[in-house]
Amino acid sequence: MSWTFDGGRPLYTQLVEQLKAKIVSGEYPPGQRIPPVRELAAEAGVNPNTLQRAFSELERDGLLHTERTSGRFVTEDVSLVEYLRGEMARELADQYLGQTQKLGYSKDQAVDLVRRRSEEK
Amino acid sequence: MTEELLSCQGLSKQFGHKTALAGVDLSLGRGRIVGLLGPNGSGKTTLIKLANGLLTPSRGEILINGEAPGPASKAVVSYLPDANYLPSWMRVRDLVNMFEDFYADFSADRAVEMLSTLEISGGERLKHLSKGTKEKVQLVLAMCRQAQLYLLDEPIGGVDPAARDYILRTILQNYSPEATVLISTHLISDIEPVLDEAIFIQNGKILLHRPVDDIREHEGKSVDEYFREVFKC
Repeated sequence: MSWTFDGGRPLYTQLVEQLKAKIVSGEYPPGQRIPPVRELAAEAGVNPNTLQRAFSELERDGLLHTERTSGRFVTEDVSLVEYLRGEMARELADQYLGQTQKLGYSKDQAVDLVRRRSEEK
Repeated sequence: MTEELLSCQGLSKQFGHKTALAGVDLSLGRGRIVGLLGPNGSGKTTLIKLANGLLTPSRGEILINGEAPGPASKAVVSYLPDANYLPSWMRVRDLVNMFEDFYADFSADRAVEMLSTLEISGGERLKHLSKGTKEKVQLVLAMCRQAQLYLLDEPIGGVDPAARDYILRTILQNYSPEATVLISTHLISDIEPVLDEAIFIQNGKILLHRPVDDIREHEGKSVDEYFREVFKC
């Protein structure tokens, strides 16, 4: 998964989101070691201090933890990752409902549409 | 080592009747990548040349590590000028050797490695290289020093987007908590994710000096968009 950033929002917020997505998708599985700041910053093309700030936020949330000598790791708490997965999915659902509402769909119509589309796929 | 790497107080520079810098107050810490952003003729190059000691202030002062620019500061400042300054008859490998002789903090191995990644042969004479390739050579030489302050004046203007990405990655890999990189450029969107702080300069005055994410958060737009708004013609 590559890194892309959009215009008007802080980069560190976007880094937090994308790192969370990597944890939830299993690209960074529980217990996995995360590359060092400088390496990952170069890969993502972002400032190391900005990435550090994103790491700190994920550490506060308990999703990452630092072992003093061996580096930074994804949490082994699978329930925490599950919770995050649910949270991100809920956010997507809210976005979908908001967008379809703008198109003039009722909630029932929106739910119906999802059901029909999922049956077709 | 002082906490403050570069500081300016009331820094002014006159060229005859023309004011290039008008009372600049500025402070740069360590471990930062800073964008010096402003329209043409705003004073970017003048500020960088003052930091190098290539120009002397008309009024006010500029200090590197708490001292006026001189031999001590030049040993810790790596400068990439905005123009070709190397003798065109020289071969790339001779330049690498010259830099190794000149600067105690220069890594020839690293320069050779970077030049080969960029597919620039050591045997080429500078005058046979394209404009963009010449710029790449100069940038490699500037970045292969382990300096405290890198002053990069328009480092990516003439190089293709792929090389631009490589150069920015190099700057990031080279990152050190002791060193600061000051990059002057118009190509804001390219370097924006790499920056900690942005400085907007106009008519020789500092218009703002803020963290990039602070601008994005409070203005709700990218630094590039904000620049276009502030400097709208």
